[in-house]
Amino acid sequence: MAPRVGVVLFPGTNCEHDAVQAVQRLGATAELVWHGATTVEGFDALILPGGFAHGDYLRPGAIARFSPVMGAVAAFAADGGPVVGICNGFQVLTEAGLLPGALQKNRGLRFLCTTSVIRVEQDDTALTAGVAVGTELTIPINHFEGNYTCDTGTLAELRAEGRIVLRYVDNPNGSIDDIAGVCNAGRNVVGLMPHPERASDPLLGSEDGAVLLWALLRTADVATPAA
Amino acid sequence: MSDARQFSVRVEVLLRDGIADPQGATIERALPALGLDGVTRVRAGKSFRFELDATSESDALARATVVADRLLANPVIEESQVTVQPAGTSA
Repeated sequence: MAPRVGVVLFPGTNCEHDAVQAVQRLGATAELVWHGATTVEGFDALILPGGFAHGDYLRPGAIARFSPVMGAVAAFAADGGPVVGICNGFQVLTEAGLLPGALQKNRGLRFLCTTSVIRVEQDDTALTAGVAVGTELTIPINHFEGNYTCDTGTLAELRAEGRIVLRYVDNPNGSIDDIAGVCNAGRNVVGLMPHPERASDPLLGSEDGAVLLWALLRTADVATPAA
Repeated sequence: MSDARQFSVRVEVLLRDGIADPQGATIERALPALGLDGVTRVRAGKSFRFELDATSESDALARATVVADRLLANPVIEESQVTVQPAGTSA
C-alpha cells in the first residue's frame, strides 16, 4: 500500500500544499494534520513543512513547539517513525529538542530566496536512504533564519556520528560546517533548510528534491512504527 | 496562593558571546553616519516585561527564570538575564 504521509499544519504554515502535492506525485497518500491534533495515528511518515508557524513570534518554532500535535510528533519519532522538517519545520524540530542546534539569522542579515546546491553526506537517514553519498542536488532555499549553529561539543558529536546529512556546496547563510541538514541519533528525524518539495516536478525547473522525498517514502514503507 | 504578592519581572535576552549578531554589527556600522565614532561592541537583543504572582522574591526569581530559560530564550544561541522586584516599585 502507498505510504501515508501526514503534513503538519500550524497557523502560519504556508508550504503544506506543496509538500502534499510533491509526495502525492510520487505515489504516496498525503493528508494535512492540524496542529491541535493530539494523535498522528495511521501515518507512515510526517513532514513539518515550511512557513511561519505561529507567525514566527519570539523565534521561529518557539511557540510551535507547544502546539498539541508536537507531543504526538515526539512520540512518533521516539517509535522510530520518519519525521522530516523542512525550513520552518526544521526550526520547529530544533526548538522542540527533537534535533540539536539552532537556526540563527543568516550571515549578512539577508533573507535568501535562491537556489542552492547541496551534497548528500549520509545514505542511511530517513531522507537520504539509498541516495549515494556525494550526490549533488539543486534545491531552492527561502529563509532568513537558516544559519545553523550549535556548540562545539554538539558539532563534534554530529561529525563523529555521521549526523550531518546534507551540506551546502557553496554556503549561502553562514551555517557552521556548511550544514544544510542534520538528523537525530536514531537517523529517523531529519531537518533541512532547503525545500525539496519545490524541486519535485519538471515544471518547477528541477526534480532533484524528488530524490530525497523518494527516500523518505521508501523509509516510510519499511520503518512504520508499531501502531 | 494566599500569601502571593505581585512582582514585576524584566528579562533581557542577548545572543551568546561567539554567536554572530548581524543586527548588532549592522547597527554598529551605521553609527559613523551619525558622526559618532568610538561606539563598539553593539549587541542587539530583546527585552520582556511581565508581572508574576509569587510568595517571595526568590520564588518569583525562580519562576521567572523558568519562563526565561524555557521560552523567552533559546539557550543554544541566547542568554537571558532576569530581574525581579516587587510590583509598584520604580525601576
